[in-house]
Amino acid sequence: MSSVVESIRVLLGGDPKRIPKSEMPDEVRELHARKFSDKERIEAIRIELAEKKAKKAPEKKRRLRWAVLLAVNLLFVLSYHLDIQLLEGALTASRFAGFHMADLNSALQVMLAFKHVVINLLIGTSTVFVLWWLLGGRTFCSWVCPYHLVAEWAEMLHLKLREKGLAKDIQFDRRARAWLWALFAVLAFVTGYTVFETISPTGILSRALIYGPGVALVWVGLILLFEIFFSRRAWCRYACPIGLTYGFVGATSPFRVHYKLPNCFHEGECRKVCLVPHVLDTVLKGKAAAMEVDIGADCTRCLRCVDACPTGALTFRYKGLEKLL
Amino acid sequence: MSKKPRLTPQQRARRRFLNSVLLSAGVAGASLLGFVPVLAGRLDRRVRPPGAMRESEFLSACIKCGQCVQVCPVEAIKLADLTDGFGVGVPHIEPREQACDFSCDGLQCVLACPTGALIHEIAFPSQVDAGVAKVVAPAKCLAVQGKGFRGLARGPAFKGKLRYAEIDRWHPQPVAEHPYDLELCDLCVRQCPIEIQIADCAKEDEKKRAQMGLVAKRQPGECPPRHAIELRPIDQGDGVKRMKPVILEGCVGCGVCEMICPVEPSVIVIDSSESREKSRGMRT
Repeated sequence: MSSVVESIRVLLGGDPKRIPKSEMPDEVRELHARKFSDKERIEAIRIELAEKKAKKAPEKKRRLRWAVLLAVNLLFVLSYHLDIQLLEGALTASRFAGFHMADLNSALQVMLAFKHVVINLLIGTSTVFVLWWLLGGRTFCSWVCPYHLVAEWAEMLHLKLREKGLAKDIQFDRRARAWLWALFAVLAFVTGYTVFETISPTGILSRALIYGPGVALVWVGLILLFEIFFSRRAWCRYACPIGLTYGFVGATSPFRVHYKLPNCFHEGECRKVCLVPHVLDTVLKGKAAAMEVDIGADCTRCLRCVDACPTGALTFRYKGLEKLL
Repeated sequence: MSKKPRLTPQQRARRRFLNSVLLSAGVAGASLLGFVPVLAGRLDRRVRPPGAMRESEFLSACIKCGQCVQVCPVEAIKLADLTDGFGVGVPHIEPREQACDFSCDGLQCVLACPTGALIHEIAFPSQVDAGVAKVVAPAKCLAVQGKGFRGLARGPAFKGKLRYAEIDRWHPQPVAEHPYDLELCDLCVRQCPIEIQIADCAKEDEKKRAQMGLVAKRQPGECPPRHAIELRPIDQGDGVKRMKPVILEGCVGCGVCEMICPVEPSVIVIDSSESREKSRGMRT
């Protein structure tokens, strides 16, 4: 329970809590202490890592994820244009094979603004809630959200430009996202308009794909430019209330990225690729409070860290299912 | 580049906090720009799909998913762009381009709406409250001038569709493939879905009565209780047979008359202002 509370605290922008060595279990403390005595192993990993960097292996899980993301969005497009009627609507609300689905954040905005909930919306919201709880919450972000994909491409450009000193990475307070989440909830309730939907790049992109492009894409372009030149992945990291909403859903999800301290040699490769590196605070040298740790709610389960980790310390697991299998 | 002075951790924390406040204010400010088109009244003249509640409630209840767009057989419904501010992604109809001709019979857009922004209590075309037609340029009206109409109502390039039940009950046909030859132009009345429905109901009643001496049992609103439009003779003392279109109580603002009017610009247009201000989503 306390880990869920901590996970939500970090999700809301709090700094990860670090447990003093004295409070760690003995075996963990010992492991931290003797980790680097095996000089040979460390050296071997260092060489392996250098080789890996020299000839880059494809990030298989990333490719799979992009394929899923494109497939879901394409299904929306084809359902309409080929009249397959399998996934009708857009990401804000849809019907999958006739069953109502409603994006949790869009539904929240409508409920607060309209102050009235019809049964279809309730069904759609509950279905999607259960679905994303099962799948991990912010999994929505990295596996479905079309803005996430274009932001990943922009991020690649951003990193190249930063190497050349042409872009910078302004760090913001992660609490900004929680402020904005609350602000948009209040604005919807007070003004009676779904204010956030106006600027939601997720909704704008989803509709642009399905119903055709428009002026709204200029706004999405502006956010991307800001991310490319001024702040890496700023929208997803510091602003998007959708991410926070799904973060809450995933706080208790059984689908987790899983960290094994004994396998970790703290190269930090995972934190370099991570959208939300604060969830990987535990991988820092001497910080893990247990031999095995489940990564927190803000994690989008993009699995890039799993691909990046040279020593297999990061994997993913489905709690409960492994016992069954 | 000049060397920046090193900041203390407190200064850095303060700068980050201020930057974050600026970022949040920027994002919130950008979203609130959506108020501008709403307050400027840009949206007040929009014709909304059947079942749409009054504008302020409609904008709040709509989840901007476009399911109504997808089910419409004549593709009358379009989603607005960001230039509509808070109305981005909200559906509307441009009757001159493609009116709602109730080809779907059962108000599919209403059934598709997941949030009840198009109210689910509405079931029949005669209950729709999208606006009312207004004859804005009577002098230009062909019937008023005593003229007939021959050819394609909107020219060969027009993309709009209509149900021509005598050709195909189930598939709307392009208006551009349906030439007319009329002694006196009566397109607005001839194609009015409400008038067509009234005539169909009467025919059905007649048949039932002739066959079995029965009266058809129907739900309220299934057959339009009031006429929507008619042509009334006018006499200008020159011996020319002239008629003028008169909009009646039963007009629901579907916009077919605006779409089909062969005069450019249309003699009849839909005025949605009262409906957008007051509508409960349906006529009672």
